[in-house]
Amino acid sequence: MSLKIKALTLGVGTALALSMTAANAWEPTRTVTFVVPAGTGGGADQMAREIQGVAAKHNLLKQPMVVINESGGAGAQGFLDVKNSKGDANKIIITLSNLFTTPLATGVPFSWQDFTPVAMLELDEFVLWVNADTPYKTAKEYIDAVKSSPGKFKMGGTGSKQEDQIITAAIEQQTGAKFIYVPYKGGGTVNEQLVGKHIDSTVNNPIEAVANWRAGKVRPLCVFDSERMSYTAKITKDMSWHDIPTCKESGLDIEYLMLRGIFSSPDVKQDAVDYYVDLFKKVEATPDWKDFTEKAAFKQTFMTGDKFKQWVADAAKLHHDLMEKAGFLAKKK
Amino acid sequence: MDSFMSLMQGFSVVLVPGNFLYMLVGILLGVLIGVLPGLGAANGIAILLPLTFGMHPTSAIIMLSCIYWGALFGGAIASILFNIPGEPWSVATTFDGFPLAQKGRAGEALTASFTSSFIGALVAVILITFLAPIIASFALQFGPAEFFSVQLLTFCSFVGMGKESPFKTIASMMIGFALAAVGLDNVTGQLRMTFGFNELLNGFDFLVAVIGLFGIGEILLTMEEGLSFKGASARINPLVVLHTWKVLPRYWLTSLRGAAIGCWLGITPGGATPASFMSYGLAKRFSKNGDKFGTGELEGVVAPETAAHAAGTSALLPMLTLGIPGSPTAAVLLGGLLIWGLQPGPLLFVEQKDFVWGTIAAMYVGNVVGLAVVLTTVPLWASILRIPFSIIAPVIVAICAVGAFTVNNAMIDLFFMLGFGIIGYVFKKLNYPLAPFVLALVLGDKAESSFRQAMLGSGGSLSIFWSNWLVGGITALSMIMLFWPLISKVIGMVRRKGAHPVAAE
Repeated sequence: MSLKIKALTLGVGTALALSMTAANAWEPTRTVTFVVPAGTGGGADQMAREIQGVAAKHNLLKQPMVVINESGGAGAQGFLDVKNSKGDANKIIITLSNLFTTPLATGVPFSWQDFTPVAMLELDEFVLWVNADTPYKTAKEYIDAVKSSPGKFKMGGTGSKQEDQIITAAIEQQTGAKFIYVPYKGGGTVNEQLVGKHIDSTVNNPIEAVANWRAGKVRPLCVFDSERMSYTAKITKDMSWHDIPTCKESGLDIEYLMLRGIFSSPDVKQDAVDYYVDLFKKVEATPDWKDFTEKAAFKQTFMTGDKFKQWVADAAKLHHDLMEKAGFLAKKK
Repeated sequence: MDSFMSLMQGFSVVLVPGNFLYMLVGILLGVLIGVLPGLGAANGIAILLPLTFGMHPTSAIIMLSCIYWGALFGGAIASILFNIPGEPWSVATTFDGFPLAQKGRAGEALTASFTSSFIGALVAVILITFLAPIIASFALQFGPAEFFSVQLLTFCSFVGMGKESPFKTIASMMIGFALAAVGLDNVTGQLRMTFGFNELLNGFDFLVAVIGLFGIGEILLTMEEGLSFKGASARINPLVVLHTWKVLPRYWLTSLRGAAIGCWLGITPGGATPASFMSYGLAKRFSKNGDKFGTGELEGVVAPETAAHAAGTSALLPMLTLGIPGSPTAAVLLGGLLIWGLQPGPLLFVEQKDFVWGTIAAMYVGNVVGLAVVLTTVPLWASILRIPFSIIAPVIVAICAVGAFTVNNAMIDLFFMLGFGIIGYVFKKLNYPLAPFVLALVLGDKAESSFRQAMLGSGGSLSIFWSNWLVGGITALSMIMLFWPLISKVIGMVRRKGAHPVAAE
């Protein structure tokens, strides 16, 4: 009898111990809120919904995940929301460059240091595009043309004092060319305006322009990266992403990549971060994700931990410098 | 003929039992989304998008586009019954729809609205079927100057025709413009009029404002006037649909005009909301019964609904042919294409024939099914008004609150909604018109952006608004609309004077 009891207690003990280890590994305790600090249909939104879809299809999450768009004030709304949910590990946010640019340009009080870094998923490339009916075949030809008639060429981009305008300002600073920068609401509109010849060039992300590139409406001149994109599959009849020269090759030494990373609320514990890192690793391993990254021509760079933190810190400094040089910083009151 | 054959093939894709089921589910969900204010078709579709992940792309777009049709139909329901626009494009429907319901003619208003929606969609989809490639490139002609001229035309076709004093109209519109300017300025990237409050970052969302102004404002008025619906005495007649159909052909010209405006604004991403306002404005101006608009004219329901649905439908055309979203909903669907593994853009028509023509065929079938679904529910909806006010009012307030919250997921919007409710009540009491206020709020910041983008491009010269036949034509049309009362007087005088010389000749 006593032996039986012993066995029973032993059993209970092991069960307890087992459940203890299970409890140590954090799991979402309720619905995971996935904040997109941008509108529906944009690049960050598409990525968040792809993640949500992949996670649901492959049963990677025990709790449901909802994607909500909090785009107010160039994304400030979303960032402030997450900043104010201190310690809430059930909330994550996907970032664009507005993680850096919005607080610098508007003075809204938040910075990347407020959040718990989880992982860098991908980096988004920027490409210099012109309308295919124009004669410019290289970045150099185009920049020379802009230089020869200052204040005549229009560069279209998403938003004001955000990544597109920062790149434009960097081009101006380096070459002495002068553009009229025209801000639009979203990358899709910018691309359409280029096809309609209402603007002369854009620095659209690959995903925003690829459809019209395939259709022969726009022409890529160079990519703002230190190396060419890795995708060698033909997109048009005779070109792949890899065939686009870097801007550096064309004498325009500018590098800019946009962070597509995940952060969580402030003061989130390491075990929760580990959980998400594991989740995103699983998401990135699916064929659906591979397909998606190839379509969007992302630069595949999964990064976590201190390496990721260091990258973000460097990027924050870079944005501060670029924006200071361009005079985009909010005036201190 | 080529398009016709492709369309037939499209039908064969759509009319398999599985896809038909998805269609029905989509329509029902869509109507629900349309009825609930704030949720919106774009959000509704975005929420359901990940669910379609494993589906065949054609089935997925059939279901999601049917949600869109459903929402276009359903948006009118709450507008007519409770003066709460379920969707931005149903605001203009409240102007005559709600007075009709108050007179006990909710059934007629609903039938007219659904039928006009259907006709608008039909015209648009026929246009898509046969003229897609030709029309699509028209969208590319639109730069900032052209957008501004369209927005100007919307304002001009709406201004200066109310019964209220012009000063009240201007005051109301200016408050709308001021509120529209709050938040982030897209052109400079600076915050405006937030006075250091981070809660004001989002500015005042148009939907939150209309939910408050119309929905909450109306509840306040009703409470004052004796806690009951005026439409409660309405007899519910199951044959109301047939009776209304007998009257509707009279408004063929308004329908046609609405459909034309809708198709035009849908293709040139102007959107369904400006289309509905413009169509209502023009109908009021050119109809024989124009004076009675706003008091419960069926024609005042026909005009905005035809235009809104035509615009909503034709907004999918630039998406399919060029990969340009003509509306927020189309933008979400475009993202969907990518997730389903399709490449949106100009080559979609060539590479994915089945998908494209399946989608177009689904537009026909989806709208027919949608019409059937909503028409059969007309008596049901109308009978909601017979529920005692004390029960339905809290439900409405709750729905309004949920709607206002959903727009931006921001708590502060609930307080804004209540604030707007009080403004709406005060406006009504002081006899200030709400329409110019709402119009300025919905189009104010868009018009401002387009104007400033155009000015950036032209180096500050206004001549850009006359720089080509397209923008010049629209600007000229706006001016004619603005000064129409004057012009019609002059024409009248010239005619009277002119009658003599002509007779002499």
